[in-house]
Amino acid sequence: MHSFGYRINALLTFSVTILALMCAIASFSDNFNSPSPSSEVQVMKINWFQKKPDGDDEVSLTLNISANLQSLFTWNTKQVFVFLAAEYQTPKNVLNQISLWDGIIPAKEHASFKIQATNKYRFTDQGSNLRGKEFNLTLHWHVMPKTGKMFADKLVMPGYHLPKAYR
Amino acid sequence: MDWQGQKLVEQLMQILLVCFAVVAFVTGYVLGSFQTMMFIYAGGVVFTSLLTVPNWPFFNRHPLTWLEPTEAEKHPKPEPASSSSKKKNTKK
Repeated sequence: MHSFGYRINALLTFSVTILALMCAIASFSDNFNSPSPSSEVQVMKINWFQKKPDGDDEVSLTLNISANLQSLFTWNTKQVFVFLAAEYQTPKNVLNQISLWDGIIPAKEHASFKIQATNKYRFTDQGSNLRGKEFNLTLHWHVMPKTGKMFADKLVMPGYHLPKAYR
Repeated sequence: MDWQGQKLVEQLMQILLVCFAVVAFVTGYVLGSFQTMMFIYAGGVVFTSLLTVPNWPFFNRHPLTWLEPTEAEKHPKPEPASSSSKKKNTKK
């Protein structure tokens, strides 16, 4: 503490150490938040359903997605990445996951939404198993914090069916 | 900066920074604003550095008093003993 340089060094190192500690506690405080998100998805319309020339089934859907993810946001949340996946089982794969729609929610004010959209990414099966297939729509989310640990969870919505014939 | 000043400046720096950190964290958590926490803490760091880094006259109130030169002359150092050189001579 005898010289200018010594004092400024001590001050900066100590302040940065405390800053790291504050960020760690801020990240830890996220554990006290117990979110209760809700979501509802309706398949409004099967736009088309076909077998591609290479033999794989592909379907185009119009979805009505409404969700309230406001409880995911805490003071330490930067943004929430959310995606809707179709999940089903085939003889070849125990779990098929196909992302149909995704979005980035930048703030709590935008976390309660209702949108209508056709699937953003192709709903294509690895094979020809989609006729009459029962599938789940699962809303996955990743909570990205300002500092610390990232949280991920999902909400499974079961009981959707694809038509028995191509159209 | 004298010895007491150095001790004071170290304690001041640590206490102030910890206090600002606690205030910033509590305010940020209550208001639900991470940005507020960062601004309060940054302000605290700037304030603390202004208070503790420059050599304020406040930290020089206990100057060391050195012995007067005349005082040193009253107690002269003992002269090197001449016996060692004699021993060396006898060995040769």
